[in-house]
Amino acid sequence: MLLFVLKRLGVMLLTALCLTFVVFWLTNLEPNLEKLAKEQANARMTDEQVESWLEGHGYRRPLLLRYGEWVGGVVQGDLGTSSVFRKPVAEIVGERLGYTGWLMFWVMVVMVPSALLIGVLAGMREGSRTDRTLSTFSIASTATPEYVSGVILVVLFASSRGGLSPIFLERGTLLKGVATSATDSITFENFALPVATMALYGMGYIARMTRASMAEVMTAQYIRTARLKGVSFPSIVIRHALRNALIAPFTVIMLQFPWLLTGVVIVETLFNYKGFGWTLVQAASNNDIELLLSCSIVAVLVVLVTQLISDVGYVWLNPRIRVR
Amino acid sequence: MTDTDDTPILEIDKLSISFFTQGGEIPAVMDFSCTVRPGEALGLVGESGCGKSTVALGVMQDLGRNGRITGGSIRFRGRDLTSLNAAELRRIRGNEIAMIYQEPMASLNPAMKIGRQLMEVPMIHQGASAAEARALALEVVEAVRLPDPERMLRAYPHQLSGGQQQRIVIAMALMSKPSLLILDEPTTALDVTVEAGIVELVKDLGARFGTSMLFISHNLGLVLETCDRLCVMYSGEAVERGSIADVFDRMRHPYTQGLFRSIPLPGADKNARPLVAIPGNFPLPHERPPGCNFGPRCDYFQAGRCDAAPVPMADVPGDDRHETRCLRHDEIDWLAGPVASADTEPVTPGDVVLSVRELRKYYEVAGSAFGTGEARVVKANESVTLEAREAETLAIVGESGCGKSTLAKLLLGLETATAGSITLAGEEIQDIAVEARDRGTVSSIQMVFQNPFDTLNPSHSVGAQIMRVLELFGVGNSTAERRERMLELLDMVKLPRAFASRMPRQLSGGQKQRIGIARAFAGTPKVVVADEPVSALDVSVQAAVTELLTEIQRRNRTTMLFISHDLSIVRYLADRVMVMYLGHVVEIGTTDEVFSPPYHPYTEALLSAVPIADTSVVKKHVVLEGDIPSAMNPPPGCPFQTRCPRKAEVPGDRCETEVPPLRDLGHGHGVKCHLSREVLDGMEPVIRIA
Amino acid sequence: MEPLSWGGILSGILVAFWPVWAGLAVIFAGSYAARRHLGLYGKLFSSPIGLIGLALVLFWALTALFAPQIAPFAPLEQIAALKNKVPGTPVPDSGGLYYLLGGDNLARDVFSRMVWGSQSVLIIAPAATLIAFMAGIILGLPAGYFGGRLDTALSFLANLVLAFPVILLFYLLVTPEIAREPMVSLGGLGLSLPQMMAAVLFLFPLVFVVMLLRTRFGRRPAQLAPRLGLALVVGLWAYFGLAFNADPLGVLYMDPFLLNIFVSVVFVNSPTVFRIVRGLTMDIKTRDYVSAAQTRGEGPWYIMLWEILPNARGPLIVDFCLRIGYTTILFGTLGFFGLGISPESPTWGMTINEGRRLLSVYPHAAIAPAVALMSLVLGLNLLADGLREQSLKD
Repeated sequence: MLLFVLKRLGVMLLTALCLTFVVFWLTNLEPNLEKLAKEQANARMTDEQVESWLEGHGYRRPLLLRYGEWVGGVVQGDLGTSSVFRKPVAEIVGERLGYTGWLMFWVMVVMVPSALLIGVLAGMREGSRTDRTLSTFSIASTATPEYVSGVILVVLFASSRGGLSPIFLERGTLLKGVATSATDSITFENFALPVATMALYGMGYIARMTRASMAEVMTAQYIRTARLKGVSFPSIVIRHALRNALIAPFTVIMLQFPWLLTGVVIVETLFNYKGFGWTLVQAASNNDIELLLSCSIVAVLVVLVTQLISDVGYVWLNPRIRVR
Repeated sequence: MTDTDDTPILEIDKLSISFFTQGGEIPAVMDFSCTVRPGEALGLVGESGCGKSTVALGVMQDLGRNGRITGGSIRFRGRDLTSLNAAELRRIRGNEIAMIYQEPMASLNPAMKIGRQLMEVPMIHQGASAAEARALALEVVEAVRLPDPERMLRAYPHQLSGGQQQRIVIAMALMSKPSLLILDEPTTALDVTVEAGIVELVKDLGARFGTSMLFISHNLGLVLETCDRLCVMYSGEAVERGSIADVFDRMRHPYTQGLFRSIPLPGADKNARPLVAIPGNFPLPHERPPGCNFGPRCDYFQAGRCDAAPVPMADVPGDDRHETRCLRHDEIDWLAGPVASADTEPVTPGDVVLSVRELRKYYEVAGSAFGTGEARVVKANESVTLEAREAETLAIVGESGCGKSTLAKLLLGLETATAGSITLAGEEIQDIAVEARDRGTVSSIQMVFQNPFDTLNPSHSVGAQIMRVLELFGVGNSTAERRERMLELLDMVKLPRAFASRMPRQLSGGQKQRIGIARAFAGTPKVVVADEPVSALDVSVQAAVTELLTEIQRRNRTTMLFISHDLSIVRYLADRVMVMYLGHVVEIGTTDEVFSPPYHPYTEALLSAVPIADTSVVKKHVVLEGDIPSAMNPPPGCPFQTRCPRKAEVPGDRCETEVPPLRDLGHGHGVKCHLSREVLDGMEPVIRIA
Repeated sequence: MEPLSWGGILSGILVAFWPVWAGLAVIFAGSYAARRHLGLYGKLFSSPIGLIGLALVLFWALTALFAPQIAPFAPLEQIAALKNKVPGTPVPDSGGLYYLLGGDNLARDVFSRMVWGSQSVLIIAPAATLIAFMAGIILGLPAGYFGGRLDTALSFLANLVLAFPVILLFYLLVTPEIAREPMVSLGGLGLSLPQMMAAVLFLFPLVFVVMLLRTRFGRRPAQLAPRLGLALVVGLWAYFGLAFNADPLGVLYMDPFLLNIFVSVVFVNSPTVFRIVRGLTMDIKTRDYVSAAQTRGEGPWYIMLWEILPNARGPLIVDFCLRIGYTTILFGTLGFFGLGISPESPTWGMTINEGRRLLSVYPHAAIAPAVALMSLVLGLNLLADGLREQSLKD
């Protein structure tokens, strides 16, 4: 088991190195460097001025050397300085990650239990009316990306001209369409919409996986064994089916995290919540090399750690492949 | 028990069950009646699709959403099961009626410990406390003769072998001492020697607890060993009912007669007394003929009479509760032998075509699921030596893990050997993988696969698949020539030429297997490896496919390596036999030598384990303990020593320490055993015809 | 003229879509009559879910086809008086035309832009998915079939791409500078980064077709030569035209921005396809008919392409539908971040992005494309669900 984890850590490290190098290379492409120079110094520089600025700031040294320097810095805990925010990268990333952490926390709290419940209820009796209704809901929710559901939800709950607000209130809106203030204090009013937007998209996918898994388990021979043993239906579902049915969705939930990153970026942009996703957009549109690199490390780590957890969890849930 | 002997435990009367699909109603069981009395074991026999499992599920009232009982009644100790509500049904299921299934692994919950699965039964039905339930579980696990019951209860199902799992399933069924036990093909997924142990256990437990049994099987031999009475089913109907002795020795239905004539019993011989296959195919549920369902395949069919109206069950006078669904049962001369097909001369074997010397194949496997443990070596084949002559049939016999499939892979070049040699027609091919073999070598050794549903590619038409083989083997110069040859091959395997454009899913299992044979013989091979070619087929189809295979082989003078676990068919078919166990050849010789003493102790046990559907056969009783060891972790010394009932007859610890040599007992009859010559010579025949 | 009521708007929209209704009626009537001969597609007619999905997908496909007939205005046509006007506002001096779904903040017709927007999605999403599938198949088959080091290496690469945050990749890759700037020069041809990626990715369909023909007719040169020749001529022509903008006839051409987006979408989609194909291959290769093919001496590529692939088609067709939906979402995401084809183009993602700034005051501009995108993806998902259900029944 230990060796397995070590092996996985090795692969993770290699992946992180490869990916950060690709990001480094992309951000150091000629057009991006030119953009950076004009951004930092003067938008109307001539080509010669750009060249000398780049030369002067060390951007003309060999790529590998500079990448090596950056990696060396990271190993010593120095993530560099952001060229947009003019602050140490570590400080920015830490702060913004905290905000996003809250968002993710609430999204998970809302999304996972409801998705599992929908999936189990639908898969329990395949083909029933409950199943059809819940399945259609889950399909609809996977078909609605955040930028669509966000728009619809804002119109419904946070538009002074349309949706539900004018019906119930004389002035103002039911919920806030902007979540900027949530970095100071989270309230239902300012956080409900971003959380709902994100949870809705992921929910359908997990629910469908759970349903498929549950439906498959319910047709298994051992469920028939239990039924013919005289076990009652609720007891079959809870004691015999549930654990087997949750193995597959667990992996899916874990692999859902990296997908949530795109969602985070969209939602934070849409609701102007200044978390990690919002920072990533700022860094990318300004070619803030060192901030981007750190963002990519964080993203890659999230992906790889969740993969690791999903593998370990899969083994833990499934006694069949437990190490003998 | 308050039952007196004349209230039946189970009484099914004129039961009809249908499945309702988008295409309409499909009747699965029609007008089915049977009775099981206290302490009685009733066998339900028939081919796949005849509705025998549906009857069992009907009794359990578990037909799924599409199935419905459309007529008749099922009375369990006088109560009509069809009228019970869900709660009443739950009280009966698992408590008074218990069921055992075909796939032990699939019928145990993989994520639940065995103990909890067993304890659940008394906790639901008797309201027992956890401690009481556990005590009972321990007792029952001991009763099914599992070693170390405490450990068993703590284990997960996957940690047990197939035989142990089936014992647990049986234990689970016995937890509440049911009055009726339904066994649906309980040993089909198990090896023969393991099957023998389970059969013995079921018989003993039935006698001990006085449980009535409904035993569902396709294997007549097994029913003979376990049951008192028998009901033969065909296409949704019971066609004959009676005591074992009546039905086996004085059958009164042509289908029952056909079944017995198509299974290789001792005395059958491929030259003098060949098997007689039932012609035609099993009718699909929506294509059943009018009148007698068996009519179109029956030798005694009379147009205008047998196809006029549904045939009722009729009593056979003189016998005890013996009934048949045949209009002509009192007209047919039941003692007349089958219409004799022309006797064929035994073939004389020619030169040695294939010779294998000291062949070894070791695999390295990763230690655990994570690939972290140290790599282990699996010795799949350990010094295999054999010779096969032209036109000869060499049978390779063994149970799972014995290395027979690995040997086939080595011969065909799907794997390359670790050591030793394979010489095919003078050329050494052990190190040449199939991609590297030249066209001639590839086409001269071909294979017939086991599973008919897997052997043809579902995406290409039958004709195209045969033509592809011809193209690869360079038969014919143009597509037109190859097309002609393909049609000839269809003639050869006795299929209509129109099948060329069919897709595999439109064919029955037997027809697919015929295509598989046509494909293997397309390039007129010297050697054909047939890997259990009929074991997945129904009994009546088995005979036809076996006959076809031997006929083509005889005509082409092909050498056939016939891999099988079924000794009955091996005795019928083979000229010489090789018995394998855990990668070792433990016995080799002519069919007569292997089937009569002296035996290797494993061969002896194997012979005793095979159920034979003949009331006149008396078998010596040898039941092996435990399961076949894993090839990953073979025992030291003789591979068979962990289960050998004759180990005590070898002095000292030679069996544990030394691999015995293959000793020649004369005429090339080899036995790999430490037993002394005297002990070997003193052995009695296992099978005797009384 | 009076503004239209909601009922009037609805009937106005229904009338505007008349070519779509006619097309749907023809297709459905024809397919229903011939459903028994149409295989899996024909079986959809017994699945209500699948049928709804098919109708939605066909609706948008026909809308894209008949966009010039349906849309009353050009995508960039501005009528200053109608800036941010509510749905159903009449267009002055137009002879009875309306802004059915109102005007956007640049006074363009929201309804027309939604209709025009369907075109780019319905070309790019299926085409990009198709190429991603070819790449995934060509790499996934050998990885699953041979296993070993090849599998380890390819799987590592696939996981690498999968671990890359999509959004970051798009931000770095899909920029006008990268699309335009040549990176290397190849035979006098300056190649930008997207062109280089296209050079690799567009090769897969060509390789796929060539391999398919070569393995099938390898032993019949007379039949192989003409087929292979035709495939190579058409394939190479399309390849050079689309990837390098070097079509000698000047017919096939792809806008650099479009190529950039297209390539990025293919790039992030193909590893997932790779994983699916690899898994299916590992499953199917244990079948006896694969062993049968090996024992008769078939080459590995024949086995992969003609023995394994056809039997993986069920799950692949289902995933193809789902993946077009996902690609549509991705494409919308790009638009949402302003990384679309060109700033004025009416793609749904971009329109949503423009509309969201004034969302709380003028919701209509963003709602129309949002609903359009959702219904298309929903249709694809329902279609996939119906197909899956029907293919399992077999």
